[in-house]
Amino acid sequence: MPKWAMVIDVDKCTGCGACVVGCKMENNVPIVDPVEAQNGRVMFWMDMMTTTEGTLPNTHTKRVPKPCFHCDDPPCTRVCPVGATYRNPEGLVAQIYHRCIGCRYCMAACPFTAKVYNWYDPKWIDGAEIGNPDVSRRMVGVVEKCSFCSHRLMKVKETADLEDRPITDGEYIPACAESCPAEAIIFGNIENTESDVYRLSRSYRVFRYGEGLGVEPKVYYLARRTDV
Amino acid sequence: MRSKIPKRIDQDEALFRPIDHTGTGFYVTLGILGLILLWALYLYVMQIRFGLGLTGMNQPVTWGFYIVNFVFFIGISHAGTLISAILRLSKAEWRRPITRMAEVITAIVLAIGGLHPIIDLGRPDRMMHLLEAGRLQSPLLWDVTSITAYFTASTVYLYLPMIPDIARIRDRGGKLKWLYTFMAWGWRGTERQKRVLNRAINILMVMVIPIAISVHTVISYIFSMTLQPGWHSTIFGPYFVVGAIFSGIAALLIVMIAFRKVYHFEDYLKEIHFQYLSTLLLIMSLIWFYFTFSEYLTGVFAAEPHEMHIILYKFTGPFAFYFWAMILCNFLIPVVILSFKKLRTIAGIFVASVAVVIGMWLERLIIVVPSLANPRLDVPTGIYVPTILEWALFAGGLAVFVMGFMIFSKFFPLISVWEIEEGRTHGRKEVEERIHSYLPRSSSPSHRGLD
Repeated sequence: MPKWAMVIDVDKCTGCGACVVGCKMENNVPIVDPVEAQNGRVMFWMDMMTTTEGTLPNTHTKRVPKPCFHCDDPPCTRVCPVGATYRNPEGLVAQIYHRCIGCRYCMAACPFTAKVYNWYDPKWIDGAEIGNPDVSRRMVGVVEKCSFCSHRLMKVKETADLEDRPITDGEYIPACAESCPAEAIIFGNIENTESDVYRLSRSYRVFRYGEGLGVEPKVYYLARRTDV
Repeated sequence: MRSKIPKRIDQDEALFRPIDHTGTGFYVTLGILGLILLWALYLYVMQIRFGLGLTGMNQPVTWGFYIVNFVFFIGISHAGTLISAILRLSKAEWRRPITRMAEVITAIVLAIGGLHPIIDLGRPDRMMHLLEAGRLQSPLLWDVTSITAYFTASTVYLYLPMIPDIARIRDRGGKLKWLYTFMAWGWRGTERQKRVLNRAINILMVMVIPIAISVHTVISYIFSMTLQPGWHSTIFGPYFVVGAIFSGIAALLIVMIAFRKVYHFEDYLKEIHFQYLSTLLLIMSLIWFYFTFSEYLTGVFAAEPHEMHIILYKFTGPFAFYFWAMILCNFLIPVVILSFKKLRTIAGIFVASVAVVIGMWLERLIIVVPSLANPRLDVPTGIYVPTILEWALFAGGLAVFVMGFMIFSKFFPLISVWEIEEGRTHGRKEVEERIHSYLPRSSSPSHRGLD
């Protein structure tokens, strides 16, 4: 069974936000009213963690892309009362929108605040109602989050199964990795020792958020600097 | 009103008075509370229509007033059944006028508190998924289980000791005879019936204590089972139970003082009852402080950065006002009032109890919000400002509490009549015998050893 993982090279990342936009379009993530977004109702599956340090004029801004880390031992799935979030055999942490009762316990339990909630019924700009037909749209009152574009995996799996071959490295990549102009997001099967992800995850520059929590995130960050 | 049978209009007539006589004040209060409830219901319907966006919750503060009030109300509910069971079990004779009110608090507040997680759901229409697809591994399911058990046990525990009183109302004649006849279950007061009833009450009171403790322990587990700093603490189980009993006693004292005043129960709820219960309140206040002290000292001393961040958020940050108000309300005010005899009047006890209830509500707020508002990663920290909707539902919950009590008092006596009577006849003799049996070389007339 493959184990899908992501490497984000912060040294390469320019902080342009293409991954955020690519993700939003790919996954039909609702665009929230600006006032509501300011009040903390903004919806990103791929979020850009932005912090500004120092005082003007000597400030510097850190931008780190943050998807769901798809932990191998996810704290969110443990607490779900109805099994609406679960870890599938390939290690993807998934959401079942139609089972979710909206208690938001998984959001409270996630150490990385990776989940977002549909505070209102999502509204769509005229003409954008259809969006990506491969991804189901969510309704008011349910939790959603990054799926590592699992709909793409399904498509790739079908072709690979038909041709009776394993999925090749780089065949299945999520929208954020695809849209990154700096090639800072690398995605693949970390069990495959030939893959880029495997190689990069062994880099001396690697670190993971929440390393000490024992949740085993599958998103690895690369940075020469230690203060990211 | 039909003429009553003058027979058996006994010493305890005052206890039936609220059932027979209803003043205009009652209807006015009920009307005002009803309006508050309607207002809350209207806003809740709006929430269902438009979503939880109408509340002040956001990312990362995904839980707000609803969960705070859930923990708070369930805490209050520990007044009743637990205290009444402990007092019954320890054969405290002074319990007799108190137990009924305590049990009513539990039944009403538990119903209100138990509804809060449902109010908090984004999809209440899918509530049944908890039964169809429920995962027993989730602390939320533990909650569902133990609250259901507690609600069942405590309503039965409220109802059983009411049977002889219901039978008495039935025999007095008057309104709704069919209801009382049905609810009295053919009670005649025979020796056998009394034996069965006593046995049932004894079994229930032993069972209800572990259930009650489990309820608040499990509620604390919702928080402590996560990895979040400020929540992930082993002390939370007992800490929550202590807080629950603490706020429960305070609520019980408030209710007792209020009804003593309104229905003139001065003869039954005497100074001594308040003295005893307030001693218990004082002890709980000290225990509460001990737990709070231990919880924060371990955090501050070890000073793990994330933990410390949350603690400083409470000590000196945006929650400093609430934190120190909590210390004032839960520790300083009750300890000062209850330690000095001069201040320990009924008015003083009332002030202390109100302070404790407010303080315990603040404690729940301080536990729920700061940990959520300060996530581990460098994402924006949250601010939580409850909206009018959340305030309305809080007010609605309180209104239901008072209304429930008022309506109950119009149908059933708030003080157990038969238990008072039993105290006069059996209790006195039994206590005398018991004291004899404590003394060396007992000269008790009926020396029977262990009884």
